[in-house]
Parts: sequence; C-alpha cells; structure tokens
Amino acid sequence: MTPVLLAQAPAPISAPAIDYAAIAPVLIVLGGACVAVLVEAFLPRHQRWPVQVALSLVVLAAAGITLGVYAGGSPTGLTTLGDALAVDQPTLFLWGTLLILGLGSILLLADRSVEPGGAFIASSVARAAVAGGGTGTSGSAGVGGAADDDRDYGEPGTAPTMQTEVFPFALFALGGMMTFVAANDLLTMFIGLEVLSLPLYLMCGLARRRRLLSQEAAVKYFLLGAFASAFFLYGLALLYGYAGSVRLTAIAQAAAGTDRSDTLLFGGLALLVVGLLFKGSVGPFHTWTPDVYQGAPTPVTAFMAACTKVAAFGAITRVFFVAFGDTRWEWRGVLWAVAIVSMVIGAVLGLTQTDVKRMIAYSSIAHAGFLLLGAMSITEQGVSGTLFYLLAYGFTTLAVFGVISLVRDADGEATHLSQWAGLAKRSPLLAGVMSFLLLALAGIPLTSGFTAKFAVFSAALQDGMAPLVVIALVASAVAAFFYLRVIVLMYFNEPAPDGPTVTVPGAFTTAAITLGVIVTLLLGIVPSLALGMASGGPFVG
Amino acid sequence: MSGGSVLLVVLLLVPLVGAALVGPIKDQATAKWSAVVVSVVELVLVVITWFAYSVPAAQNGARFQLELSVEWIPAFGTRFALGIDGFALVMLAITAVLVPIVLAFSWNEKLPEGRTQGGFFSLILATQGLLVGVFAATDVFLFYVFFEAMLIPMYFLIGRFGGPRRQYAAVKFFLYSLLGGLIMLASVIGLYVVSGNKLGQGTFTWVELQKMAASLPESTQIWLFLGFFVAFAIKAPLVPFHTWLPDAGAEAPVGAGVLLVGVLDKVGTFGFLRYCLPLFPLASQKLAPLVLTLAVIGILYGGLLAVGQTDMKRFVSYTSIAHFGFIALGIFAFSTQSFSGSVLYMVNHGISTGMLFIVVGLVIARGGSRLVGDYGGVHKVAPLLAGVFLLAGLSSLALPGTNSFVSEFLVLLGSFPRQPVYTILATVGIIFAALYVLWMYQRTMQGPLRGNAVLAALGGGRGDGPGTMIDPAVAADRGATGFPDLSKREIGVLTPLVVLILVLGFLPGPVLDVINPTAAATMSEVGLADPVGGVSR
Repeated sequence: MTPVLLAQAPAPISAPAIDYAAIAPVLIVLGGACVAVLVEAFLPRHQRWPVQVALSLVVLAAAGITLGVYAGGSPTGLTTLGDALAVDQPTLFLWGTLLILGLGSILLLADRSVEPGGAFIASSVARAAVAGGGTGTSGSAGVGGAADDDRDYGEPGTAPTMQTEVFPFALFALGGMMTFVAANDLLTMFIGLEVLSLPLYLMCGLARRRRLLSQEAAVKYFLLGAFASAFFLYGLALLYGYAGSVRLTAIAQAAAGTDRSDTLLFGGLALLVVGLLFKGSVGPFHTWTPDVYQGAPTPVTAFMAACTKVAAFGAITRVFFVAFGDTRWEWRGVLWAVAIVSMVIGAVLGLTQTDVKRMIAYSSIAHAGFLLLGAMSITEQGVSGTLFYLLAYGFTTLAVFGVISLVRDADGEATHLSQWAGLAKRSPLLAGVMSFLLLALAGIPLTSGFTAKFAVFSAALQDGMAPLVVIALVASAVAAFFYLRVIVLMYFNEPAPDGPTVTVPGAFTTAAITLGVIVTLLLGIVPSLALGMASGGPFVG
Repeated sequence: MSGGSVLLVVLLLVPLVGAALVGPIKDQATAKWSAVVVSVVELVLVVITWFAYSVPAAQNGARFQLELSVEWIPAFGTRFALGIDGFALVMLAITAVLVPIVLAFSWNEKLPEGRTQGGFFSLILATQGLLVGVFAATDVFLFYVFFEAMLIPMYFLIGRFGGPRRQYAAVKFFLYSLLGGLIMLASVIGLYVVSGNKLGQGTFTWVELQKMAASLPESTQIWLFLGFFVAFAIKAPLVPFHTWLPDAGAEAPVGAGVLLVGVLDKVGTFGFLRYCLPLFPLASQKLAPLVLTLAVIGILYGGLLAVGQTDMKRFVSYTSIAHFGFIALGIFAFSTQSFSGSVLYMVNHGISTGMLFIVVGLVIARGGSRLVGDYGGVHKVAPLLAGVFLLAGLSSLALPGTNSFVSEFLVLLGSFPRQPVYTILATVGIIFAALYVLWMYQRTMQGPLRGNAVLAALGGGRGDGPGTMIDPAVAADRGATGFPDLSKREIGVLTPLVVLILVLGFLPGPVLDVINPTAAATMSEVGLADPVGGVSR
C-alpha cells in the first residue's frame, strides 16, 4: 500500500519515473508497429510482405523474450509511468498470453497459400482484381482506369499482392491490448481501448472475398464500438466526479468508508462496464459479434476472438478487483443477470446458426458469460481461474478459425454448415482436429476447456455463486449440442458431391493450428505450470 | 506395492495405446487381429490382477489395493490415483471378458458404407481403456474425467457405425450423459469446496472425502448427493432418465450395444455404490425411499414395456431397464447381502444381457429386420441359434441354475428385512420377466416358419404373406443357405458366455468372495447396522 499512499501526496509536475525493464514488451510492440508503418511507406510493394512478416515475428519474439527475462527474475508487482501502468503478475501473464496469441494470429494473417495472395485487399485493388480476373478481355472505362492505377499490385491476370497494412494494424492493436490490461487508471485504459479498437475496425474491412459483408462488418463494428467507447468515457467522467481521480485504487478508497451518495459511483460503474462488456462480447452487449465474426476475414476474426477477449476480460477483472472489490455486494446482482443473459443467448441462439463463423461467435458469447463468473469472484482463485480460462480459450479459438479458413470452395471459405457435411471422409485429419477443438470448447475432460471451466466454476462456487454455476453448467450442456452438430455433420453425414475442398495449409497456418491444438491438449492434461503462473500474485494498484 | 501399482496403469494404458495403434492401420485383417491381441493381453492382465488382489487384506480393512497415487494438478488438489476394491475388480473382469467376445462377434459385422472394422475395433478398445479408468480411479476428479471422456468413443461408435437413426440416437445419448455429467460436475466442485472448508485444503482423494463424510451437515449432503445421483441415474438408467437407452441400444451396432448395456451403464450403479453411499451417507438414507420408488417403477415399467416391444433390440434395452431397477433396489436397501447381490447382478447382467444382445444381433443379421413380427419358427431352421436364445433369455429371467438367479435372489433376500414393501413389489417384476422372455421366444423361435424376414431369407418371398407355411423338409434344405445356424466363429463367441452363465449359476463363490469384503466396508461407511446376519465374511 505504501506506493499508493505516496502517490496520493500532491507533487509538483515532474517527469514520472519509468521502469523501462518492466514496460519494455509494450514499448517494443508499439515501436515495432511504428517501424512497420515506415516499411509500408518506403518499401516497394513486392518487398513489403516478406519484410512485414519478418518484422512482426521478430518484434513479437523480442517482446516475448524481454517479458520472459523480466518475469524470470520473479519481480514484485509495481506501478510505473506515474502509476499509469501496473506491471504485476496478472499483467505479466496477460502480456505473455497476448504475445503468444498475437504470434499465432500473425501467422494466420501472413498466410498466402490458403487464399492465393493472402486474405486482405483494399477496395480499389479488389476492383482491379475483378477486371484483371476477366482475363483482360474488356471492362468499363472507370474500372479499367482503376486497373491501370493498381497495375503494380501484381502482374495483370494474376492475383494482386496482399494488403500488408494488416501487420502494423495488428501490432498497434496488440500494443493497445497490452496497455489496456496493464492500465492502472481509467484514462490510460481508455487510450488503450482506442488504440486496440481502431486498427481492428479497419482490419475487419479488408477481406478479399465477400467485400460487402466485410465492409458492413467494419462499419457496424466501428459504429457500435464508438458508442461503447462513449459509454466508457461517460462512466469515466462520472467516476471522476465521484472519486476526484481516475486511478483505480483512488476509486476504491473513495468508495470505502464514505457516506457520499453512491449514485455517481454506480452510475459510473454501470456505464464503464457497458463499454468493457461490449469489448468482451458479453450478452446483451453482444449484437455486433456474429456479424463482425462472420464478415471479417477469418485470420482477423481469429485475432479478434482470441486477443480481444483476453484484453477485455483482463481489464474487466482488474477494474472489478482493484476499484470495485469492496463494493461487490452492491453491484454483483446486476452482473449475475448479465452473466445469465450472456450464457443463455450464447447457448440458445448458437443452436439456430447455420454458419460456422456465426456459431463460433455465439459460442464466444456463451464463453464470455462463463468468464464473467470468474471475473466476478473477487478472490485469488477467481483471478487465476479467469486468466487461465483466457489462455485456454484463446488458443482453442485461434486454432478453430485457422481450421475454418482451410475449408474452401470456389467462392472462398465454405462457412455454411451444410457444406461441412462428410468432411471427415475427405480430410480425416482436419475433421479430427476440428472435433477435438470443438470438444474443448464444449468443455470435455482432457482438453483445456474442461480445466478452465473447472477453475472458473470452482472459484465462483467458493465465492457463493452456486446457482450461477448450476446455470452455467446447464448452458454448457446446451452449447454442447451445437458443437456436436458440427461433429455429426463432419463424421456421420455423406459429403455433398460439389462440396468444399480442404486446402493444404501453408507452413504459417499449419504452425498456428498446431500451436493451438498442442496448447489445448497440454492445458487439459498437465495444466499445473500455467495454473501456477496464473496464480502468481495479486493485482497491484 | 510398486509392482502392484504399475499393474493398474498398464491395465489402463494397454487398451488406450492399442486403440491409438489399431486406428490408423489400413489393412483390415491386420487391424482386426491386432485389436484382438490387445484385448486378449488385457484379459490376461486382468486375470493377473485378479490373483494379485488379496481377499484377506480386504477383509482386514484395506479399502483399496494395488494403489498408485501421483500428484496431477496441485492447484486443484487432484491426484492421479488408482486403486481397486472388490467391486472395481469384478467390473474390470467383466469388461475384459466382454471385449474380446465383442471383437470376435463383430468380425464380419456389416457396417454402414465407408466405415471400416479397424476404426470400429479401435473405438471399442478406447472405450475399454476409459472404463478401466472409471473403475480404478480413487480420485473423484480423475473419475469425473474418465466418466466424461468415456462418452466420446461410445458416441462415435453409435453415430458412425449404428443403424438408420444412428445420428439421433448418438446425439441423444451424448446430450443426456453430458447433461448428467455436468450436473455431477457441480457436485464435484461443491465437494471440493466443502472439503476445503472442512479440511483447510481442498482435496479430491476419495479416502479423505469419505472420512470427512460423516461430519457434513445433511442439507449439504443432499445437494451434493443429488448432483451425483442424477448423473448416475441417467447412466444406469433409472426410470425417468431412461429414454435415451432404448434409442441408443437399438441404433448402436450390436458389439457396441453389448458394451453399452453390459458395462457402460453399470458405471451408474457402480457410482451409486462407490460415490453416493459412502460419500453422502446421511443423504443416501434420507433419499433412499425416493430411489427405491424409482427402482421399483423401473422394474415394473421396464418389464411391462419389454413385453410390448416390437423391435428386438429395444426389447433388450427395456429388459435392462427392469434389471437396473433390481440393482438399484439392492443398493439402496442397505444390507451387505443386498450390496453383494447388486454387484453380482451387475456382473451377471453383463453376461446374460450381453449374450441376449449378441444372439438378437445374430438373428437380425440373418433376417435383416429388427421387428419381432418378421420372425417365427426359427427353431426349425436354426436350432442352435434358438437354443442359445433360450438360454440367454432364461438367464435373463433368473431361472435357478443360471447365474442371474443367485444375484436376484441375494438382492431380494437382502432387501426384504429393511424394505419389505418395495421388495414384494419388485418380486412382481419376476413375473413380467418370465412373460417377456418366454413370449418373445415363443413368437420368434417356435411354431411354424413364418414372418417376412424368415420367409424372404428362405426364398419364400414376401408375396407369400405372413401366414404362409413352408414345408419343414424344404425349409431344412433352404435353411442351410438362407437362414443358417450358428457358424463355428459364432459358436466360439458364445461358448464362453454359456460357460459363464452355468458356472456362475452353480459356483458364484469365487466372485462373491471378492465382492463381500467390499460390501461390508461399504456398509460400515453408510453407518447402518446390517439388518440380518449379513454375508458370511
């Protein structure tokens, strides 16, 4: 508590002390993102892809090594940058999770073998591709003009090269997420939120195929995300009015032992939480999720589903634990309702979906409800359970989307469920991997999904939420039905004659899927190491 | 001790590794033979285990034997702990006996198009491995893991290799079991939390939890009991939770059905005995009338519906529901005699219903129809087949001299002193059993040759109509090709079962010797005095 008290003392404005070793991973990622922008600006197009991929991977590896070295010294939690960032054990765990998941996502983003030329393209290039794709016979004047402009995207008649802006976008988003989970005051958290959100909005609109759907997803995500940010900001303002500070610990102190009216506190909390729950795609703030998951290019969906969830719930847990831990009896009732709504919406509406990506989106809503159980239990087990769940869920989801990107027909990805019929016959390995991942999402033992559910549910039960745990288990059983449906389709149905083919994945996608599957299996069988890391220490603030 | 501890791990790993190795083998003959070799090796290992298990030690109070315990997930307090008592040992034995028989029976089983025997055999072995884990686990968390994981191979067995409505049956089976399992998970977590409050450190170790059981307040026990009970009642299945079994039993391929009804369902009744009674003694006593009511309803309802079935595989499923009622009656009547009777019943039911399932499968394979009405007079063309059908049926109705008589008698005898009313009602079920077995035999096996399936197989054609009769002499000629009697392989498959039915009918002693000490131990864990003298040991 001493640093907290010291920080309370009024001080003359001076440059804050910065613990560079502690925040080096964030600096490396954000710095790497800036370099990536320069690469995009100055290198000729044909050199950008290899340079960007190499740069991103090197940046993530460097950040990971820095983090590992720092965490290896078993540091105590500290706040730095004038208490704006808290680098404690949960932060380090979340950073590690984000970096590895980010690495997997970059691998998926970088793949050019599944979709020739990569999954990303800007709109004008798409038109050029359409014009050039007509074997250069003819085209209207306008389109022809565009084609001339974009000639250097690739040889005429071949697929244009990939839009490499995704790499700096991804790095910026990742840097924002890392800031978001470490933010020790609400303003820093808001900045982190924006830095992570804006690149994601753009990335959603870059799909090479089904451009309208992709752009619709981007616009929807942007508009709703902007609303959510506004909610967050409004809540922040109310809390500042209540506590006179945006620091999480200061809010906790202001709320403890005061007879001020709670209106501002809980009004502020409500609005703040709406903004956060939106990012975590918790029902009933989930409506963007299915559309965006479906419309965004699948590698981007993988990135969003895995990393954004980690970031959002990392922040939610920190806010609940540090700022609102002592007042939990006042607000937890409402969150019970939110968790129930989220689980029920995810599980029940997931049943009616006919598109694999939408189905996984609803699954993520149900999982968000489960995660909320852990985030609501303001105990050490709650925090470690939530952190472990995020790790487990992130890898499984990453691999699921990796697999989804492989099932294709002439129009791109074949995401309609009926197209997955009999896939086991054409590609037993892919069907086996997908079944394993779906069983992990359903929470069957010997997969990470079970261990994670167990960790979260036991924490919730210990904190007196037995009815909620029972509801969560019933919701798990309902959700299992739609995961099973995919397995039924793949294994028990006859393949359609003009069904999709399974693309042989390139090295990048293979690596990402393998990573996800291995982690899902290991966390199911020998989770001790990760569980130990997740319960390394408390939040500081 | 260390030699013993390795034994159970080997027992667990042999079928699982075998399954993983057999699965990818392309050449079908090689795959089938390797699977059979694995299952025979497992049988030999179980025989070794049987002799390594010391009955005197169990009588002197060793709750588990051949124990092994290593730390698994310290954060949850779970251990990879294996160990067997008498109940677990006989269940391991019946599993190990049935699997080679199932494999041999399924040798030329007609599978849905595009499916191979190798995959089928591999899944059977995987099921066996997980069953070993279920019976041998002495850590509640580990038990739960195996209990749920066991669903997956069985789900694929039904869904990939089953009858026409296999998808529906597989999904129904999976969802019922998963729902039960998840409700149980709530109780498992609850038990962990309660143990953390009581002992300071949460644990899943069965022995620790059992020691704690007596001090738990009744209301807590009831909640936790219900979670376990629902899961086991679905698995067993007791009556309101039973509707998945007729579908799964009917659609499953015969080999998988034998395992499903013969062993997998016993996990439910095994769970009652191992988990519900010792861990929640007060709740078990308090709720016993409820369970007994369900059990007796099951006996009567299952028997009645078995009489009315028109589908032979569903018929076997409903007879099982009636039998599970007897087992549950014995368990919740709380006497050493009824416990021993119930466990012996579990073994005998595996043998007799397994055999009934196989024989029905043989009949269906010949006639190509599951309907009772499509058969008649089979005895005339296939006397051996009709003979084993009768024997399996008689064993199922607990005719004295067959194995089931001993166990059914023990259950009723042991239950009567404490629960006379329920026992008398259950006895009525025996009449139903005689009715459904003998009537089924009479309709399908006796009388003149009739029924579409039989006539079509004999070349009479469907045009002749159900009433048409074929000259017996002609039929005997045609029977050799159209509706053949048991082949050598089929005789080989059935012989061990026939031997077991008769031997256990006259000599149940060796099995009861293994069961009795554990029954006595369970009795003392429940905390009730035996109503009568109890079993001799």
